[in-house]
Amino acid sequence: MAINKDSNGYTFIFAIALVVVVGAGLAAISIGLKPFQDKNVEIKKKMDILSAINAKEINGSDTLDISRKNAEKLYEKHILVDECVVIGSDGKERDLEAFDVDIKKQYRDKNLSWCDRDYPLYVAEVDGAKKYIIPVVGSGLWGPIWGYIAVDDDKETIYGATFDHKTETPGLGAEIKQEFYYTQYVGEKISGGIKSVKDGTGKEVGNGKVDGITGGTITSKGVEEMVNRTLEVYVKYFKG
Amino acid sequence: MSEKVKAPKEPLFSKKNKRLVVEPLDDNNPVTIQVLGICSALAITVSIEQALVMTGSVLFVLGAGNMIISMLRNLIPSRIRIIVQLVVVASLVIIVNEVLKAFMPDVAEKLSVFVGLIITNCIIMGRFEAFAMANKPWPSLLDAIGNTVGYGVILVLVSVFREIFGSGKFFGITLFGDRIEGTGAYSVGYMDNNFIILAPFALFAVGIIIWIQRARNTKLIEEH
Repeated sequence: MAINKDSNGYTFIFAIALVVVVGAGLAAISIGLKPFQDKNVEIKKKMDILSAINAKEINGSDTLDISRKNAEKLYEKHILVDECVVIGSDGKERDLEAFDVDIKKQYRDKNLSWCDRDYPLYVAEVDGAKKYIIPVVGSGLWGPIWGYIAVDDDKETIYGATFDHKTETPGLGAEIKQEFYYTQYVGEKISGGIKSVKDGTGKEVGNGKVDGITGGTITSKGVEEMVNRTLEVYVKYFKG
Repeated sequence: MSEKVKAPKEPLFSKKNKRLVVEPLDDNNPVTIQVLGICSALAITVSIEQALVMTGSVLFVLGAGNMIISMLRNLIPSRIRIIVQLVVVASLVIIVNEVLKAFMPDVAEKLSVFVGLIITNCIIMGRFEAFAMANKPWPSLLDAIGNTVGYGVILVLVSVFREIFGSGKFFGITLFGDRIEGTGAYSVGYMDNNFIILAPFALFAVGIIIWIQRARNTKLIEEH
């Protein structure tokens, strides 16, 4: 080849051709795989919702935890899709599909004030009784935290809760994910609000108080703020 | 590249080509001798599964990358060759990441940022620059396989040790009973060593492997 590979022209043409080819290829792959990835995200969300009511797959004598495999089946079994609603901060229902509302995205959107956000409510059925699952989202120390709180059919007592986080400190704030933390919420009342306390003895806990995480105060306070801010809206809806 | 085609000069598995695969396993191991790819060896060797998935991902990226670079080696303008290599690694890594997210979401979640960090794995750029830029595609592929296996062997060795003594598991199967409920070995006072799960321990483990390897293979010891 008589092309001078060190010339500027060749270098530019090579660079442009490379970028075009690579860009087109990656775009095609990304579009092709998108449906599969969206499906996985959807299943993950269903798993999170189900974990608030601690759903289990009962297969003969075996009890299986929620996994990607059985999430769809369990979701269909427990969640009453037709009864799920979306409410506004005024406690009135909005004409939206609960599962399609991305509350994390709305929380991040600084232009959307809290009263304009949508509040989805999932209705589930466990052993013949109705449970209401409330998604919550807030801020921890380093990044977003979120969770799901299930309320009993008296629309007052917490039946189950689960929290997760993106980047809280392992061993400290990240402990909100652990069973010992979220089980404290079970049995509390939603109308009075939940207070996070620092209690080494365990005597103060209960009756609207949960023990925060030692060394994870800001995360614990974040959970407190997120839970109370969100529950207020739902209490309004349940009473109205 | 079918084997029926009469190789013009050298057979597909000539001595030289075999050396390309065998040498990185011991005498020229990318991790223990060249001390490349250490960051990932520290980060993802907590469980054997992660180590294997990482090795698989690196095999794909390095294998395909070495071939692509080797095929383009006479076309790449030398002034922008590093950028071209980087574009190739980055695109391959994005492909791996997208595929994992689509078909192995649990593994993708666990490996999280480390898949993206394959780009910074020095072994890859090192092989592109040192080997693929100067050799034909077939030897480049063999070189990639050799180096990845050499890398993978160390990852798996470290991860086997860390998973057994750090989490009391082997391939996710509990070995010593239930830690939380205190059954099995835990009931008589056995404890998992939490230090082993932390990244610094992997450095000790790699160091010990280097020590053992040099004690056995004395030609690796440098003159002082």
